[in-house]
Amino acid sequence: MRKPLTGSLSALALASSGILGAPAVHAEDYSRFGISADIPGTCSYEAIDAKDYSGRTLNIITHAIPVIGEPTALHAEQFAELTGAEVNVVHVPFGDLFQRIMIPFQSGQNAYDVLFYGSLWIGDFNRFLEPVPETYLNSTGMADVTDSFRGVATWNGQMIQYPMDGDRHYLKYRTDAFENDALRVRFQAETGRELAVPATWEEYNEIARFFSGFDWDGDGEINYGSAEVAKRDDLMFSAFISRAAPYAKHPDVTGGFFFDLETMEPLINTPGFVRGLELFVEAQEAFPPGGTNFGLGDEIFSFGGGQTLMSYSWDDAFVQAQQEDSRIRNMVGAAPLPGAREVWNRDTGQWDRFDEPNRAPYMTWGWSSAVSALSEEKEMAFDYLCFFANEANTSHDLQIGRFGVNPYRNSHFDSAFWQSLGWEAQVADSYVNTLSQMEQSDNRVYDLRVPGVGQFMSSMANGVAEAMAGQKSAQDALDGVADEWRAIVDRIGKDRLRDAYANVVRLEDNTHQDGSP
Amino acid sequence: MLQPKHFFLLPALLTLLAIIIFPLLFTVRVSFSSWDVYQAGLDYIGARNYLRVFQDTRFWESLLRLSVMSAISVSLQYTLGFALALAVWKQTKGGRLFRVLFLVPMMTTPVVMSVIWRTMFHESLGPVNDLLSVFGIAPVPWLSSAAGAFASVIIVEVWQWTPFMFLLLLAGLVSLPREPYLAAAIDGAGPWRTFWQVTFPLMAPISIGALVIRLIEASKIMDTVYVLTSGGPGTATETPSYYIYIRGLRDFQVGYSAALSITYLVLMIVSLTIISKLLMRFLIGKDS
Repeated sequence: MRKPLTGSLSALALASSGILGAPAVHAEDYSRFGISADIPGTCSYEAIDAKDYSGRTLNIITHAIPVIGEPTALHAEQFAELTGAEVNVVHVPFGDLFQRIMIPFQSGQNAYDVLFYGSLWIGDFNRFLEPVPETYLNSTGMADVTDSFRGVATWNGQMIQYPMDGDRHYLKYRTDAFENDALRVRFQAETGRELAVPATWEEYNEIARFFSGFDWDGDGEINYGSAEVAKRDDLMFSAFISRAAPYAKHPDVTGGFFFDLETMEPLINTPGFVRGLELFVEAQEAFPPGGTNFGLGDEIFSFGGGQTLMSYSWDDAFVQAQQEDSRIRNMVGAAPLPGAREVWNRDTGQWDRFDEPNRAPYMTWGWSSAVSALSEEKEMAFDYLCFFANEANTSHDLQIGRFGVNPYRNSHFDSAFWQSLGWEAQVADSYVNTLSQMEQSDNRVYDLRVPGVGQFMSSMANGVAEAMAGQKSAQDALDGVADEWRAIVDRIGKDRLRDAYANVVRLEDNTHQDGSP
Repeated sequence: MLQPKHFFLLPALLTLLAIIIFPLLFTVRVSFSSWDVYQAGLDYIGARNYLRVFQDTRFWESLLRLSVMSAISVSLQYTLGFALALAVWKQTKGGRLFRVLFLVPMMTTPVVMSVIWRTMFHESLGPVNDLLSVFGIAPVPWLSSAAGAFASVIIVEVWQWTPFMFLLLLAGLVSLPREPYLAAAIDGAGPWRTFWQVTFPLMAPISIGALVIRLIEASKIMDTVYVLTSGGPGTATETPSYYIYIRGLRDFQVGYSAALSITYLVLMIVSLTIISKLLMRFLIGKDS
């Protein structure tokens, strides 16, 4: 077994830039590929350069450019040049990606060797994916992948997705506002509370409301409290899960967050979720104009552009705020998602009170990759993925916000690396500490990674949207979602879903395949 | 009796079979299957999908919403299109330029135009609210309120498809005979009376054609809703086409979305046939 990568990302970056001195064995200069230097590893440029796939073809399906699509194409081009293979890349918009992968799978066509897609679709695709071979499981890059993202790539104890991205939801906020003495005094006078980074969603809403409707950063434009992904069918379901999680995910209750694993009865309309939705509805008061129709792009632009005080979702808004040309660069901070002081205990049927807010970090879906079981070029396909995620490429891709590649290896949680990009120490520390703390939590929530996840999430998004639009109360809307979920369970099959959902519950309950902790 | 000349029809017939008949029959067959994200293939589950359609309130609500949306938008398109056609009909100076200008919206891609309109309706950055503020009008929640979003979809539809009405009605006006107008002038009829007594009745057949064509197109509205509102807020702008898209391509409920599609097709054929008959009776005064 190869020795795991123990160095930090900054050391890797420094090595790649030649500061620490690249190993003398590297005769070939690979800087023409846009990296400073190759980094030794299982699938380094040098290792892949030694392979010859001339006359063979690799077909890849991926997302549209730039997010994931751009690095896919870039590394495909490099792989082709190094190995002599012909590499075809098909870019597909997110809305079409699922069906473009699923239809060839269902009809038994060998359309694509390599697939890039949302990791939550593992419940639908697992039957059609090739397990990651031992050689790659033992690769240098894989050894450094965090436990949680190894778990995300694993199905029934077997790794079938190739980790190349890490995603989670966390809180982003404007430090210049939170540290402004005049605003702190004004906040205390108005609310009777000291201004602090919100520890609960109630506090989040209160702070957001206070900071809405006036120009608190002095740029001549009115500011607002919160930018959230609230547009139906535009990843709003993930925003709702972030908000509901601390109220519905009790640290002492095991056996399912979305469903009761034993009965497969939906829990989506239980009081914890309802409370989360009520607060989501209430939060609209602090949205910027049109905020209830914000998709992910709007949220990134609103927070990253300095319009709003707080936001929570993937890394993009934070990275956008930290771009070199951003006017709020180094005026932002990251923190864990707000929690809840009252958590619904479905075992006792009561609300439990917590002195320290209950946190339930949401390891939301991100990008993943895999090799089709129907592929006739599996070795080349895995070599490509291993090359995509090699140390030099990952170090390069993490620095380019639009690529959509976010930290997923232990070495990525290194403040020095981000500081080398011009981030101030306080900002970089808050970022890596927030991300690494999520890795250590034992009360995490994952996506509903089961067959038909699209149906479940679509139904949930519709119910949440009805409540947000005032068409239904939170309880009525989620009761409707629960009814739909029961119908979906009946259609797809309770046992089939339970088997799949057990994989999710294992991740959330921190247990292994055999049920041991 | 089959003659050699009949074989010349074969390419057209085969093409028709390939692009219309086969997909239609295949969709009908799929609608009786449980083809889903997990169960692929053409098993037979009887009319279960159709029974589900009848219990699907979200589908029926979207149908009702579409009816209102289409009625308003097509009426506005017809009225504005007719007015523009009348304005350009007898005008000679710059007439050609105006005709081309009026047609520009129709020639643009709906998705592209919807993206531009979404930017224009953006409530804090878009120019529409900026313009309104010049006149002292408070910002309008164009896309984040149910009424605003509904109105926005109609505005975009009217903007894009009024030129189509204009084009058809102008062609009709140009082809009208001169004699009835001479007779009306001799009888001393003014412009108002000439319009209602001569122009409008003479234009009735082409008006019916234009209205029915636009109603058919309006019933398929999908791209504008997809880009502008995603059917929201809530379900305020969700149309049947968009709903079928969600069920079929997002949720991958292939069998059920086929049943929705067939039901929708039948409903459209029946309702548009009835509407055509009513228009004929109302505007021409006969059934055919």
